[in-house]
Amino acid sequence: MSEINTKVTIAGVELKNPVMTASGTFGSGMEYGQFVDLNKIGAVVTKGVSNVPWEGNPTPRVAEVYGGMLNAIGLQNPGVDVLCERDLPFLQRYDTRVVVNVCGKTTEDYVEVVERLGDEPVDLLEINVSCPNVKEGAIAFGQRAEALYEITKAVKAKAKQPIIMKLSPNVTDITEMAKAAEAAGADAVSLINTITGMKIDIHRRTFALANKTGGLSGPAIKPVAVRMVYQAAHAVKIPVIGMGGIASAADAIEFILAGASAVAVGAMNFHNPYTTEEIVQGIEAYMRKYGVTDLCELVGVVE
Amino acid sequence: MRKEMAVILSQTKIASGIYSMWIKTELAKEAGAGQFIAVYTKSDAMLLPRPISICEVDKAGGAIRIVYRIAGAGTAEFSGYTEGDTVSILGILGNGYDIDGISGGGNPSEKALILGGGIGIPPMLELVKEWTAINRECYSVLGYRDELFLDKEFEAYGSVYIATEDGSAGTKGNVLDAVRENHLRADVIFACGPMPMLRAVKQYSEQEGIRAYISLEERMACGVGACLGCVCKTTKKDSHSNVNNARICTDGPVFLAEEVDI
Repeated sequence: MSEINTKVTIAGVELKNPVMTASGTFGSGMEYGQFVDLNKIGAVVTKGVSNVPWEGNPTPRVAEVYGGMLNAIGLQNPGVDVLCERDLPFLQRYDTRVVVNVCGKTTEDYVEVVERLGDEPVDLLEINVSCPNVKEGAIAFGQRAEALYEITKAVKAKAKQPIIMKLSPNVTDITEMAKAAEAAGADAVSLINTITGMKIDIHRRTFALANKTGGLSGPAIKPVAVRMVYQAAHAVKIPVIGMGGIASAADAIEFILAGASAVAVGAMNFHNPYTTEEIVQGIEAYMRKYGVTDLCELVGVVE
Repeated sequence: MRKEMAVILSQTKIASGIYSMWIKTELAKEAGAGQFIAVYTKSDAMLLPRPISICEVDKAGGAIRIVYRIAGAGTAEFSGYTEGDTVSILGILGNGYDIDGISGGGNPSEKALILGGGIGIPPMLELVKEWTAINRECYSVLGYRDELFLDKEFEAYGSVYIATEDGSAGTKGNVLDAVRENHLRADVIFACGPMPMLRAVKQYSEQEGIRAYISLEERMACGVGACLGCVCKTTKKDSHSNVNNARICTDGPVFLAEEVDI
């Protein structure tokens, strides 16, 4: 049988395979590089970075729930300068694409980070307008189509790299959001970010998280994510990157069949630190089993 | 550091809701006092591994002992395992007590005050073993609500003092009440236990001018320093985070008390 081709292209950037890491679950690759060969995965998406260091939320920041987890880290990050000085040089040593997730409180914050990254070794920018755990910025831009359009336009005007808008599932109609991003010039969209949730500790009679609410991730959210990826992929022409509870190659293929051009693994890294590499192997096995020579043939075939 | 399948060598209930388990694992070679492993349940519904401190290490035999309390469905599942069962673990995690570094070049008569409270007692057993193995002395002060466990095992490594909340054994009160009642003096303090106890130990160490190393606990997700779920406040800017937060899983769980703001 002929060689299989797992390459995918997002906004002109070729990935050796469609498996990425979901922002916030993989640091900047350094920690999980002890478990997986970063050269084997399509792209590393770094944890959200802002113009200045952010302290994040008080603890407890994480709680387990059935089939998933809640987090309210609050986008703690060391600031873009540390990312450029420490993390990007580390990632440059690997043959993988580098996607930097960008967060901010104001439009100016986002633009500042994007401009700072202009000449850095970064392949793609993922603009986080969907984190449910910070009070200002972030999700405020991601829940109204007009606001999303404006921030996308402002960032796109200054970005040297292609931009991926990361969408929130905490909206009434995901297609409106995807269309707004596309209309404003986004090169791709990624979805879903976490779904806002809550857990109450019945013994202490208080919230499990100090932030009261947190973002739900893990296998529990996968059907919601598949549905939204399917809807978004049918609403826009730009590539859709799918994520939300991906635990196996079977899950990844489900997203691809629904219309995702690439996928990202998030909370499951915590359950099994080898997940990303295992999914790459599993996708190849699936392609061989069904005689698929080019992965792109699978994207969105379930109509 | 890796995830691997370990085999249960033995499991015993040592007090109500408290279990002692020996597991066979190659990771034992890398393990030391104050470090921990993350233990996975067999249910996919429970995504996150449970961080459990290492109670004893048998490097020659390639085995680790954990002593844990049933705190929920995950630890309840672990308590049902018997000899020969397998369990998936991630380790060895965290920075433990750097015995050589702490005692290095110091006075060989240096004496340690070892304070353990509740389920913070188990990691102190490996610590007293390692501390006395380099010919240093220690007092162990163990605090319980009521029912005692592991206390007899500490006796092989020096004098042991007990504190109980209900006064049923030893000093009525907490570990510091026992320290004061018995006029215990030492050159260095090691402590693990609930946060109110650690706050009191930090304050005591500052008042007395004694270095204290404390082991912190927090809800964890990744266990390897990537997710920033389990942070604690630090008194100075942390070099990794660039803010006043350190990761308990990788920068700790053992910290010099003066470096953390608890």
